[in-house]
Amino acid sequence: MTAYLSDVAALTRKDLLVELRSRDTVPAMLLFVVGGLVVFHFALAEDSSRLASAGMLWIALLFTALLALVRSFVAERDEAVIDGLLLAPCDRSAIWLGKTLSVVAFLALAELVALPAFALFYEPVTWELVAGVALANIGIAAVGTLLGAMAAAARARELLLPLLFMPLAIPLIVGGVGATLAEDPGRYLGFLALYDLIFAILSWASFEYVVTE
Amino acid sequence: MSTSLRNNGAALLSLLAAALLVAGFALAFFWAPEAQGDPAFRIFYLHVPVALTAYAAFGWGGWKALRLLWTRDDRYDLESYVAIHMGVIFGLLTLVTGSVWARYTWGVWWTWDERQLVLFLVLFLFYSAYFMLRFSTPAGPRRARTSAVYALFGVALIPVSFLAIRLAERYIHPVVLTRDPKIESEMLLSFFVCLGGTLALGGALYLVELAGKRADARLRELRELLA
Amino acid sequence: MSTGEKYVAAAYLVLFGTLLLYMALIALKVGRIQRELDELTRTARERAGG
Repeated sequence: MTAYLSDVAALTRKDLLVELRSRDTVPAMLLFVVGGLVVFHFALAEDSSRLASAGMLWIALLFTALLALVRSFVAERDEAVIDGLLLAPCDRSAIWLGKTLSVVAFLALAELVALPAFALFYEPVTWELVAGVALANIGIAAVGTLLGAMAAAARARELLLPLLFMPLAIPLIVGGVGATLAEDPGRYLGFLALYDLIFAILSWASFEYVVTE
Repeated sequence: MSTSLRNNGAALLSLLAAALLVAGFALAFFWAPEAQGDPAFRIFYLHVPVALTAYAAFGWGGWKALRLLWTRDDRYDLESYVAIHMGVIFGLLTLVTGSVWARYTWGVWWTWDERQLVLFLVLFLFYSAYFMLRFSTPAGPRRARTSAVYALFGVALIPVSFLAIRLAERYIHPVVLTRDPKIESEMLLSFFVCLGGTLALGGALYLVELAGKRADARLRELRELLA
Repeated sequence: MSTGEKYVAAAYLVLFGTLLLYMALIALKVGRIQRELDELTRTARERAGG
């Protein structure tokens, strides 16, 4: 158990260190999410409601996450890092967990900028929104990491990942927008937690089948 | 030997489907009473059995996917793929018949009020991505396992999406439509006969498609042997 | 025939049309398999004959 956790910690640290050195992903995510929020101002009608702006925020977050997910496996694939990781004497699911944690960290960094920007440009940020974003991050990273590993074997992997991910992200959007807008956000937060639980267990259990040749 | 038995299975299921569908549709049209004086309600005897058959096909594809991951036996890959293929065809039929129903009842070809239709749209997107995944990955054991995992995700996505669509109705439009047609026992019996018919039809199509795909594989093998 | 009945007929025709379409696809496939088998039989026969 402790060996497993230390493997996971080492793998997460590797991803974070690579990002710290290269600074490839996070700055792009920050620019993308802020750019998205600015574009939405021009896409929304003059007097559109706070309902519309909440929906736009969630779309921006989802697409920003896709950016990180595509990046996270392209590097592994291009430099054949994944082959090395598979040879390492650790449980395959530890690779999934390590990657998921690093993606959660990237998403949290992007949201540290995106949520204040949203509050500045559109509507105040409520604690329900923050809780929804935190729960959605787990689901996005868990499912996205598995799908990224799946798409990595395909020819047009950068294209394929969003296609695979979109239908699975619909419940996350429902939960997130519901938590932001509904009068009883608890139900939606509970739904997000349920989604995280189901799909994290599924992804954790099936990662090994997806990466081995 | 095993192939001829399987062909018999397809033939038997086709006969069963013919008998049950003719009987079911006859019962639905000439025996079951009209619901609430609405003649278009009879689409129900086609639309709902087709939808349930699509779920059955997705479930069957998921089960075969699980068997593949469990046993690592390659033949489950084809079986899972063909089952999902059938599920998508029945899903499209559900969308089209549901759309006809919506056009009559609400005067529009599409309505977000009908949960089943929205769910089928989500599933249609999901399983179209399944085909994209299969077509853009080189054939082999890894593709088989990747598709199997995605098929299992689909089985998990069905209830989760259903719940999501229910929850979404509350913030998109708080007015919940309550239609509760009174179902009489004649209607229920007709419905179950129709359901048996579409399930048999789906099974027959599945076996025919599987036999065709296997014949293709054998031909390829034969060609290589003779080359 | 009332409007409602027309819609019912349309829905059932969709099923019928799909089945016929599927039959056409199967016919194409059987034809192709037959052609390929003919070709392979010819090859096998040539090889057996000489």
